Amino acid sequence: MVPSSLKSYKRFQVPGKLIVVEGIDGSGKSTQIRLLEKWLRYNQVEVFKTEWNSSELVKEITSKGKKKGSLTPITFSLLHATDFADRYERNILPLLRAGYFVLADRYAYTAFARDVTRGCSQKWVRKVYGFAAKPDVTFYFRVPIDVAIDRILAGRPKLKYYEAGMDLDLSKDPYESYRIFQSRIIEQYESMSSPEGFTVIDATLGIKEQQKIMREKIIKLMPQNISKQVIMEIPRNEPRNP
Amino acid sequence: MSQEIHKGITKRPIRWYGNHSNHGIPYLNDVEIKGKLIVIEGPDASGRSTQIERITAKLEADGYAVLNTGLKRSELIGSGILEAKRNVSLGKKTLALFYAADFADQLEHKIIPALQAGYIVLADRYIFTLMARNSVRGISRAWSHDLFSFCTIPDLVFYIDVDPYKLVHRVFEKRMSLDYYESGADLGLSDDMFESFMIYQRRLAREFNKMKEKYGLILVDGNKNTDEVNASLQTQIDLFLSNNP
Repeated sequence: MVPSSLKSYKRFQVPGKLIVVEGIDGSGKSTQIRLLEKWLRYNQVEVFKTEWNSSELVKEITSKGKKKGSLTPITFSLLHATDFADRYERNILPLLRAGYFVLADRYAYTAFARDVTRGCSQKWVRKVYGFAAKPDVTFYFRVPIDVAIDRILAGRPKLKYYEAGMDLDLSKDPYESYRIFQSRIIEQYESMSSPEGFTVIDATLGIKEQQKIMREKIIKLMPQNISKQVIMEIPRNEPRNP
Repeated sequence: MSQEIHKGITKRPIRWYGNHSNHGIPYLNDVEIKGKLIVIEGPDASGRSTQIERITAKLEADGYAVLNTGLKRSELIGSGILEAKRNVSLGKKTLALFYAADFADQLEHKIIPALQAGYIVLADRYIFTLMARNSVRGISRAWSHDLFSFCTIPDLVFYIDVDPYKLVHRVFEKRMSLDYYESGADLGLSDDMFESFMIYQRRLAREFNKMKEKYGLILVDGNKNTDEVNASLQTQIDLFLSNNP
Protein backbone atom coordinates (compact mmCIF):
# COMPACT_ATOMS: atom_id res chain seq x y z
CA MET A 1 0.00 0.00 0.00
CA VAL A 2 1.17 3.50 -0.78
CA PRO A 3 1.89 5.38 2.42
CA SER A 4 0.15 8.65 3.17
CA SER A 5 1.89 11.63 1.59
CA LEU A 6 1.37 14.08 4.40
CA LYS A 7 3.02 13.91 7.78
CA SER A 8 1.23 14.34 11.06
CA TYR A 9 1.81 17.75 12.63
CA LYS A 10 1.79 16.35 16.15
CA ARG A 11 5.46 17.24 16.54
CA PHE A 12 4.21 20.76 17.17
CA GLN A 13 2.00 21.54 20.09
CA VAL A 14 -1.19 21.62 18.09
CA PRO A 15 -4.39 21.71 20.10
CA GLY A 16 -6.56 22.57 17.08
CA LYS A 17 -8.18 20.20 14.60
CA LEU A 18 -7.89 20.19 10.84
CA ILE A 19 -10.99 19.00 9.00
CA VAL A 20 -10.98 18.73 5.22
CA VAL A 21 -13.63 18.09 2.59
CA GLU A 22 -12.63 16.75 -0.81
CA GLY A 23 -14.46 15.61 -3.92
CA ILE A 24 -15.19 16.75 -7.46
CA ASP A 25 -17.27 19.83 -8.27
CA GLY A 26 -20.91 19.12 -7.60
CA SER A 27 -20.27 16.51 -4.93
CA GLY A 28 -21.98 18.74 -2.37
CA LYS A 29 -18.94 19.13 -0.12
CA SER A 30 -19.22 22.91 0.23
CA THR A 31 -22.81 22.65 1.45
CA GLN A 32 -21.74 20.08 4.01
CA ILE A 33 -18.76 22.01 5.32
CA ARG A 34 -20.94 25.11 5.68
CA LEU A 35 -23.41 23.16 7.79
CA LEU A 36 -20.58 21.77 9.85
CA GLU A 37 -19.21 25.26 10.38
CA LYS A 38 -22.57 26.57 11.60
CA TRP A 39 -22.94 23.67 13.96
CA LEU A 40 -19.47 24.07 15.44
CA ARG A 41 -20.03 27.81 15.94
CA TYR A 42 -23.39 27.14 17.54
CA ASN A 43 -21.60 24.88 19.98
CA GLN A 44 -19.09 27.61 20.72
CA VAL A 45 -16.12 26.02 19.05
CA GLU A 46 -13.63 28.50 17.56
CA VAL A 47 -13.80 27.89 13.82
CA PHE A 48 -11.93 29.12 10.77
CA LYS A 49 -12.96 28.14 7.26
CA THR A 50 -10.59 28.35 4.31
CA GLU A 51 -11.26 27.75 0.62
CA TRP A 52 -9.08 26.52 -2.21
CA ASN A 53 -7.54 29.19 -4.42
CA SER A 54 -8.79 32.11 -2.35
CA SER A 55 -5.62 34.01 -1.46
CA GLU A 56 -5.74 37.58 -2.78
CA LEU A 57 -2.06 37.43 -3.62
CA VAL A 58 -2.36 34.82 -6.32
CA LYS A 59 -5.87 35.36 -7.61
CA GLU A 60 -4.97 38.19 -9.92
CA ILE A 61 -2.02 36.37 -11.47
CA THR A 62 -3.97 33.16 -11.97
CA SER A 63 -6.83 34.95 -13.67
CA LYS A 64 -4.41 36.91 -15.86
CA GLY A 65 -2.71 33.65 -16.87
CA LYS A 66 -6.06 32.05 -17.55
CA LYS A 67 -7.13 34.91 -19.78
CA LYS A 68 -3.92 34.70 -21.78
CA GLY A 69 -4.11 30.92 -21.87
CA SER A 70 -0.43 30.80 -20.97
CA LEU A 71 -0.69 28.55 -17.93
CA THR A 72 1.09 25.23 -18.20
CA PRO A 73 0.43 22.26 -15.89
CA ILE A 74 3.54 23.19 -13.88
CA THR A 75 2.80 26.91 -13.50
CA PHE A 76 -0.83 26.09 -12.76
CA SER A 77 0.30 23.69 -10.05
CA LEU A 78 2.87 26.07 -8.56
CA LEU A 79 0.42 28.97 -8.46
CA HIS A 80 -2.08 26.86 -6.57
CA ALA A 81 0.71 25.74 -4.25
CA THR A 82 1.62 29.40 -3.67
CA ASP A 83 -1.98 30.18 -2.83
CA PHE A 84 -2.12 27.21 -0.49
CA ALA A 85 1.18 28.08 1.20
CA ASP A 86 0.00 31.65 1.76
CA ARG A 87 -3.16 30.47 3.51
CA TYR A 88 -1.24 27.72 5.30
CA GLU A 89 1.53 29.92 6.68
CA ARG A 90 -0.71 32.88 7.45
CA ASN A 91 -3.89 31.18 8.72
CA ILE A 92 -4.11 27.41 8.86
CA LEU A 93 -1.06 26.51 10.94
CA PRO A 94 -1.15 29.46 13.39
CA LEU A 95 -4.87 28.92 13.99
CA LEU A 96 -4.38 25.20 14.58
CA ARG A 97 -1.68 26.01 17.08
CA ALA A 98 -4.04 28.41 18.82
CA GLY A 99 -6.63 25.64 19.15
CA TYR A 100 -9.03 26.44 16.32
CA PHE A 101 -11.06 23.96 14.33
CA VAL A 102 -9.84 24.72 10.82
CA LEU A 103 -12.26 23.67 8.09
CA ALA A 104 -10.71 23.41 4.65
CA ASP A 105 -12.89 23.29 1.55
CA ARG A 106 -10.31 21.35 -0.51
CA TYR A 107 -6.75 20.74 0.62
CA ALA A 108 -3.50 19.38 -0.83
CA TYR A 109 -5.41 16.31 -2.08
CA THR A 110 -7.13 18.53 -4.65
CA ALA A 111 -3.71 19.34 -6.08
CA PHE A 112 -2.73 15.66 -5.98
CA ALA A 113 -5.84 14.82 -8.01
CA ARG A 114 -5.99 17.75 -10.45
CA ASP A 115 -2.32 18.41 -11.13
CA VAL A 116 -1.56 14.76 -11.81
CA THR A 117 -4.57 14.62 -14.13
CA ARG A 118 -3.12 17.68 -15.90
CA GLY A 119 0.18 15.84 -16.44
CA CYS A 120 2.40 16.74 -13.49
CA SER A 121 4.41 13.99 -11.83
CA GLN A 122 2.65 12.35 -8.92
CA LYS A 123 5.80 12.27 -6.79
CA TRP A 124 6.68 15.86 -7.55
CA VAL A 125 3.29 17.30 -6.56
CA ARG A 126 3.40 15.39 -3.28
CA LYS A 127 6.86 16.70 -2.50
CA VAL A 128 5.88 20.28 -3.26
CA TYR A 129 3.07 19.98 -0.69
CA GLY A 130 5.30 18.08 1.73
CA PHE A 131 5.05 20.90 4.30
CA ALA A 132 1.27 20.51 4.69
CA ALA A 133 0.06 18.79 7.85
CA LYS A 134 -2.04 15.66 7.60
CA PRO A 135 -5.65 16.51 8.45
CA ASP A 136 -7.37 15.00 11.50
CA VAL A 137 -10.28 14.04 9.28
CA THR A 138 -10.66 14.14 5.50
CA PHE A 139 -14.18 13.61 4.24
CA TYR A 140 -14.23 12.44 0.65
CA PHE A 141 -17.58 12.93 -1.07
CA ARG A 142 -17.98 10.05 -3.47
CA VAL A 143 -20.47 10.81 -6.21
CA PRO A 144 -21.33 9.27 -9.59
CA ILE A 145 -20.11 11.53 -12.37
CA ASP A 146 -23.60 12.05 -13.86
CA VAL A 147 -25.04 13.25 -10.58
CA ALA A 148 -22.20 15.74 -10.12
CA ILE A 149 -22.41 17.03 -13.68
CA ASP A 150 -26.19 17.51 -13.44
CA ARG A 151 -25.74 19.51 -10.24
CA ILE A 152 -23.01 21.70 -11.77
CA LEU A 153 -24.77 22.36 -15.05
CA ALA A 154 -28.03 23.21 -13.30
CA GLY A 155 -26.25 26.10 -11.59
CA ARG A 156 -24.08 27.49 -14.38
CA PRO A 157 -24.64 26.45 -17.95
CA LYS A 158 -21.34 27.77 -19.32
CA LEU A 159 -18.12 25.95 -18.49
CA LYS A 160 -14.88 27.89 -18.34
CA TYR A 161 -11.81 26.84 -20.33
CA TYR A 162 -9.59 25.52 -17.54
CA GLU A 163 -12.56 24.34 -15.47
CA ALA A 164 -13.57 22.07 -18.32
CA GLY A 165 -9.98 20.84 -18.67
CA MET A 166 -9.88 22.20 -22.24
CA ASP A 167 -6.12 22.73 -21.84
CA LEU A 168 -5.75 18.94 -21.88
CA ASP A 169 -7.15 18.50 -25.41
CA LEU A 170 -9.50 15.76 -24.26
CA SER A 171 -12.33 16.79 -26.53
CA LYS A 172 -13.36 19.80 -28.60
CA ASP A 173 -16.72 19.82 -26.83
CA PRO A 174 -16.38 21.53 -23.42
CA TYR A 175 -19.05 19.31 -21.84
CA GLU A 176 -17.44 16.11 -23.06
CA SER A 177 -14.03 17.43 -21.99
CA TYR A 178 -15.40 18.29 -18.56
CA ARG A 179 -16.82 14.79 -18.15
CA ILE A 180 -13.54 13.08 -19.07
CA PHE A 181 -11.53 15.49 -16.92
CA GLN A 182 -13.75 14.99 -13.87
CA SER A 183 -13.75 11.19 -14.34
CA ARG A 184 -9.96 11.19 -14.27
CA ILE A 185 -9.97 13.29 -11.12
CA ILE A 186 -12.32 10.76 -9.53
CA GLU A 187 -9.83 8.01 -10.42
CA GLN A 188 -7.10 9.95 -8.60
CA TYR A 189 -9.28 10.48 -5.53
CA GLU A 190 -10.25 6.81 -5.43
CA SER A 191 -6.62 5.70 -5.59
CA MET A 192 -5.75 8.04 -2.69
CA SER A 193 -8.74 7.21 -0.57
CA SER A 194 -7.34 4.26 1.33
CA PRO A 195 -3.64 5.21 1.70
CA GLU A 196 -4.55 8.74 2.82
CA GLY A 197 -7.22 7.48 5.19
CA PHE A 198 -10.21 9.33 3.75
CA THR A 199 -13.58 9.05 5.46
CA VAL A 200 -15.80 8.31 2.50
CA ILE A 201 -19.23 9.93 2.41
CA ASP A 202 -21.86 8.69 0.00
CA ALA A 203 -22.75 12.01 -1.62
CA THR A 204 -25.98 10.65 -3.08
CA LEU A 205 -27.49 10.46 0.40
CA GLY A 206 -29.69 13.28 1.64
CA ILE A 207 -28.06 16.43 2.95
CA LYS A 208 -29.12 15.69 6.53
CA GLU A 209 -27.95 12.11 6.46
CA GLN A 210 -24.50 13.11 5.24
CA GLN A 211 -24.26 15.86 7.83
CA LYS A 212 -25.20 13.46 10.62
CA ILE A 213 -22.38 11.09 9.68
CA MET A 214 -19.92 14.00 9.68
CA ARG A 215 -21.07 15.35 13.03
CA GLU A 216 -20.83 11.94 14.65
CA LYS A 217 -17.23 11.77 13.53
CA ILE A 218 -16.33 15.32 14.54
CA ILE A 219 -18.01 15.17 17.93
CA LYS A 220 -15.23 12.82 19.04
CA LEU A 221 -12.68 15.54 18.32
CA MET A 222 -14.47 18.18 20.35
CA PRO A 223 -13.31 19.20 23.81
CA GLN A 224 -14.95 17.25 26.63
CA ASN A 225 -16.60 20.25 28.28
CA ILE A 226 -18.42 21.05 25.04
CA SER A 227 -19.41 17.60 23.86
CA LYS A 228 -21.78 17.05 26.82
CA GLN A 229 -24.21 19.65 25.53
CA VAL A 230 -23.70 19.38 21.78
CA ILE A 231 -26.82 19.88 19.75
CA MET A 232 -27.12 17.66 16.72
CA GLU A 233 -30.15 19.27 15.17
CA ILE A 234 -29.84 20.14 11.49
CA PRO A 235 -31.74 23.17 10.18
CA ARG A 236 -34.47 22.48 7.63
CA ASN A 237 -34.51 23.76 4.08
CA GLU A 238 -30.81 24.46 3.87
CA PRO A 239 -30.20 25.87 0.39
CA ARG A 240 -27.71 23.97 -1.72
CA ASN A 241 -25.72 26.94 -2.96
CA PRO A 242 -25.37 30.37 -1.43
CA MET B 1 12.21 32.46 -33.25
CA SER B 2 12.47 32.10 -36.97
CA GLN B 3 16.10 33.13 -37.15
CA GLU B 4 18.34 30.79 -39.11
CA ILE B 5 20.63 28.93 -36.74
CA HIS B 6 23.99 27.88 -38.16
CA LYS B 7 25.65 26.44 -35.12
CA GLY B 8 24.59 23.94 -32.51
CA ILE B 9 22.84 21.53 -34.84
CA THR B 10 23.37 18.33 -32.87
CA LYS B 11 20.09 17.20 -31.33
CA ARG B 12 20.15 15.61 -27.90
CA PRO B 13 17.55 14.74 -25.28
CA ILE B 14 16.89 17.41 -22.68
CA ARG B 15 18.19 16.60 -19.19
CA TRP B 16 16.26 17.18 -15.97
CA TYR B 17 17.26 17.32 -12.33
CA GLY B 18 14.58 14.84 -11.38
CA ASN B 19 14.49 11.42 -13.01
CA HIS B 20 11.72 10.40 -15.39
CA SER B 21 9.17 9.39 -12.82
CA ASN B 22 9.57 12.23 -10.38
CA HIS B 23 10.52 15.36 -12.22
CA GLY B 24 7.66 17.73 -12.58
CA ILE B 25 7.17 17.78 -16.35
CA PRO B 26 6.55 14.23 -17.63
CA TYR B 27 4.78 15.73 -20.66
CA LEU B 28 8.11 17.18 -21.84
CA ASN B 29 10.11 13.98 -21.35
CA ASP B 30 10.80 13.44 -25.03
CA VAL B 31 11.86 16.97 -25.89
CA GLU B 32 15.07 17.22 -27.88
CA ILE B 33 17.24 20.30 -27.84
CA LYS B 34 19.93 21.73 -30.07
CA GLY B 35 20.98 24.77 -28.04
CA LYS B 36 23.07 25.25 -24.91
CA LEU B 37 22.14 26.59 -21.51
CA ILE B 38 24.81 28.65 -19.79
CA VAL B 39 24.15 30.14 -16.37
CA ILE B 40 25.96 32.95 -14.56
CA GLU B 41 25.25 33.04 -10.84
CA GLY B 42 26.59 35.53 -8.34
CA PRO B 43 25.45 38.16 -5.86
CA ASP B 44 24.09 41.59 -6.71
CA ALA B 45 26.94 43.89 -7.89
CA SER B 46 29.19 40.92 -8.66
CA GLY B 47 29.34 42.13 -12.27
CA ARG B 48 26.98 39.55 -13.72
CA SER B 49 25.15 41.85 -16.11
CA THR B 50 28.36 43.35 -17.51
CA GLN B 51 29.76 39.88 -18.07
CA ILE B 52 26.57 38.72 -19.75
CA GLU B 53 26.61 41.73 -22.08
CA ARG B 54 30.17 41.01 -23.11
CA ILE B 55 29.69 37.27 -23.53
CA THR B 56 26.54 37.86 -25.56
CA ALA B 57 28.36 40.27 -27.87
CA LYS B 58 31.25 37.85 -28.35
CA LEU B 59 29.03 34.83 -29.01
CA GLU B 60 26.89 36.77 -31.46
CA ALA B 61 30.02 37.94 -33.24
CA ASP B 62 31.02 34.27 -33.46
CA GLY B 63 27.74 33.53 -35.21
CA TYR B 64 25.64 32.09 -32.42
CA ALA B 65 22.04 33.07 -31.73
CA VAL B 66 21.88 34.11 -28.08
CA LEU B 67 18.90 34.58 -25.78
CA ASN B 68 19.30 36.42 -22.48
CA THR B 69 17.06 35.50 -19.60
CA GLY B 70 16.98 36.25 -15.89
CA LEU B 71 14.99 35.79 -12.70
CA LYS B 72 11.68 37.54 -12.01
CA ARG B 73 11.11 38.55 -15.58
CA SER B 74 8.30 36.28 -16.61
CA GLU B 75 5.35 37.87 -18.32
CA LEU B 76 2.98 35.98 -16.11
CA ILE B 77 4.22 36.96 -12.69
CA GLY B 78 7.11 39.42 -13.05
CA SER B 79 5.30 42.45 -11.69
CA GLY B 80 3.40 40.37 -9.14
CA ILE B 81 6.64 39.45 -7.44
CA LEU B 82 7.66 43.04 -7.09
CA GLU B 83 4.33 43.75 -5.42
CA ALA B 84 4.62 40.69 -3.22
CA LYS B 85 8.08 41.75 -2.06
CA ARG B 86 6.64 44.94 -0.66
CA ASN B 87 4.23 42.82 1.29
CA VAL B 88 6.60 41.84 4.08
CA SER B 89 4.08 39.60 5.79
CA LEU B 90 4.48 36.94 3.11
CA GLY B 91 5.55 33.54 4.38
CA LYS B 92 8.85 32.01 3.34
CA LYS B 93 7.39 29.00 1.58
CA THR B 94 4.83 31.22 -0.13
CA LEU B 95 7.56 33.40 -1.57
CA ALA B 96 9.64 30.35 -2.51
CA LEU B 97 6.72 28.86 -4.45
CA PHE B 98 5.92 32.21 -6.04
CA TYR B 99 9.46 32.46 -7.39
CA ALA B 100 9.32 28.85 -8.54
CA ALA B 101 6.11 29.55 -10.48
CA ASP B 102 7.71 32.58 -12.09
CA PHE B 103 10.74 30.55 -13.00
CA ALA B 104 8.64 27.70 -14.41
CA ASP B 105 6.82 30.15 -16.67
CA GLN B 106 10.12 31.31 -18.15
CA LEU B 107 11.51 27.82 -18.40
CA GLU B 108 8.57 26.51 -20.40
CA HIS B 109 7.80 29.59 -22.47
CA LYS B 110 11.27 30.98 -23.07
CA ILE B 111 14.22 28.76 -22.16
CA ILE B 112 13.08 25.37 -23.47
CA PRO B 113 11.70 26.71 -26.81
CA ALA B 114 14.97 28.61 -27.35
CA LEU B 115 17.01 25.50 -26.61
CA GLN B 116 14.86 23.53 -29.04
CA ALA B 117 15.50 26.16 -31.69
CA GLY B 118 19.26 25.94 -31.15
CA TYR B 119 19.90 29.14 -29.22
CA ILE B 120 22.57 29.63 -26.64
CA VAL B 121 20.56 30.67 -23.61
CA LEU B 122 22.58 32.89 -21.29
CA ALA B 123 20.80 32.96 -17.96
CA ASP B 124 21.42 35.80 -15.54
CA ARG B 125 20.95 33.57 -12.46
CA TYR B 126 19.01 30.33 -12.30
CA ILE B 127 17.51 28.09 -9.61
CA PHE B 128 20.69 28.19 -7.51
CA THR B 129 20.02 31.74 -6.33
CA LEU B 130 16.47 30.72 -5.45
CA MET B 131 17.67 27.64 -3.57
CA ALA B 132 20.36 29.59 -1.70
CA ARG B 133 17.83 32.23 -0.64
CA ASN B 134 15.46 29.51 0.53
CA SER B 135 18.12 27.75 2.62
CA VAL B 136 19.26 30.97 4.26
CA ARG B 137 15.62 31.50 5.25
CA GLY B 138 15.39 28.13 6.96
CA ILE B 139 13.70 26.15 4.19
CA SER B 140 15.03 22.62 3.89
CA ARG B 141 17.53 22.02 1.09
CA ALA B 142 15.86 18.71 0.26
CA TRP B 143 12.51 20.42 -0.27
CA SER B 144 14.03 23.07 -2.56
CA HIS B 145 15.86 20.39 -4.51
CA ASP B 146 12.65 18.43 -5.04
CA LEU B 147 10.70 21.57 -5.87
CA PHE B 148 13.12 22.45 -8.68
CA SER B 149 13.40 18.92 -10.03
CA PHE B 150 11.29 20.08 -13.00
CA CYS B 151 14.20 22.20 -14.21
CA THR B 152 16.55 21.62 -17.09
CA ILE B 153 20.17 20.86 -16.16
CA PRO B 154 22.36 23.63 -17.63
CA ASP B 155 25.45 22.86 -19.69
CA LEU B 156 27.59 25.28 -17.70
CA VAL B 157 26.98 27.07 -14.41
CA PHE B 158 29.44 29.74 -13.28
CA TYR B 159 29.35 31.22 -9.83
CA ILE B 160 31.07 34.59 -9.50
CA ASP B 161 32.38 34.60 -5.96
CA VAL B 162 33.12 38.01 -4.47
CA ASP B 163 34.35 38.80 -0.98
CA PRO B 164 31.52 40.56 0.92
CA TYR B 165 33.75 43.61 1.74
CA LYS B 166 34.59 44.03 -1.92
CA LEU B 167 30.95 43.50 -2.78
CA VAL B 168 29.64 46.16 -0.42
CA HIS B 169 32.00 48.70 -1.98
CA ARG B 170 30.78 47.81 -5.45
CA VAL B 171 27.19 48.23 -4.32
CA PHE B 172 28.04 51.71 -3.00
CA GLU B 173 29.71 52.56 -6.28
CA LYS B 174 26.47 51.71 -8.08
CA ARG B 175 24.11 53.46 -5.65
CA MET B 176 24.83 54.88 -2.22
CA SER B 177 22.50 52.57 -0.35
CA LEU B 178 21.97 48.88 0.39
CA ASP B 179 18.94 47.10 -1.04
CA TYR B 180 16.50 45.76 1.56
CA TYR B 181 16.33 42.21 0.22
CA GLU B 182 19.94 41.95 -0.93
CA SER B 183 20.86 42.78 2.66
CA GLY B 184 18.58 40.08 3.99
CA ALA B 185 16.84 42.75 6.06
CA ASP B 186 13.68 40.63 6.14
CA LEU B 187 15.60 38.12 8.27
CA GLY B 188 16.18 40.47 11.19
CA LEU B 189 19.89 39.59 11.30
CA SER B 190 20.98 42.95 12.65
CA ASP B 191 19.62 46.48 13.15
CA ASP B 192 22.77 47.65 11.44
CA MET B 193 22.10 47.40 7.71
CA PHE B 194 25.81 47.08 6.90
CA GLU B 195 26.25 44.20 9.30
CA SER B 196 23.05 42.60 8.02
CA PHE B 197 24.38 42.78 4.45
CA MET B 198 27.68 41.19 5.45
CA ILE B 199 26.08 38.32 7.37
CA TYR B 200 23.52 37.69 4.65
CA GLN B 201 26.02 37.67 1.79
CA ARG B 202 28.34 35.36 3.72
CA ARG B 203 25.49 32.94 4.33
CA LEU B 204 24.51 32.99 0.67
CA ALA B 205 28.12 32.35 -0.34
CA ARG B 206 28.22 29.42 2.06
CA GLU B 207 25.10 27.96 0.40
CA PHE B 208 26.66 28.34 -3.04
CA ASN B 209 29.77 26.57 -1.83
CA LYS B 210 27.64 23.72 -0.53
CA MET B 211 25.89 23.45 -3.90
CA LYS B 212 29.18 23.52 -5.83
CA GLU B 213 29.81 19.77 -5.77
CA LYS B 214 26.24 18.59 -6.08
CA TYR B 215 25.31 20.77 -9.06
CA GLY B 216 28.73 21.17 -10.66
CA LEU B 217 29.04 24.93 -10.20
CA ILE B 218 32.24 26.41 -11.60
CA LEU B 219 33.72 28.95 -9.23
CA VAL B 220 35.03 32.18 -10.77
CA ASP B 221 37.08 34.59 -8.70
CA GLY B 222 35.00 37.75 -8.87
CA ASN B 223 37.47 39.77 -6.82
CA LYS B 224 39.52 40.24 -9.96
CA ASN B 225 38.79 43.05 -12.40
CA THR B 226 36.12 42.88 -15.10
CA ASP B 227 38.55 42.02 -17.92
CA GLU B 228 40.15 39.19 -15.98
CA VAL B 229 36.80 37.72 -14.99
CA ASN B 230 35.61 38.03 -18.56
CA ALA B 231 38.68 36.30 -19.94
CA SER B 232 38.19 33.42 -17.54
CA LEU B 233 34.49 33.02 -18.41
CA GLN B 234 34.95 33.41 -22.15
CA THR B 235 37.84 30.93 -22.31
CA GLN B 236 35.80 28.27 -20.55
CA ILE B 237 32.71 28.91 -22.66
CA ASP B 238 34.68 28.83 -25.91
CA LEU B 239 36.38 25.62 -24.89
CA PHE B 240 33.05 24.03 -24.02
CA LEU B 241 31.47 25.09 -27.30
CA SER B 242 34.35 23.82 -29.39
CA ASN B 243 34.21 20.45 -27.61
CA ASN B 244 30.41 20.25 -27.80
CA PRO B 245 29.33 21.62 -31.17
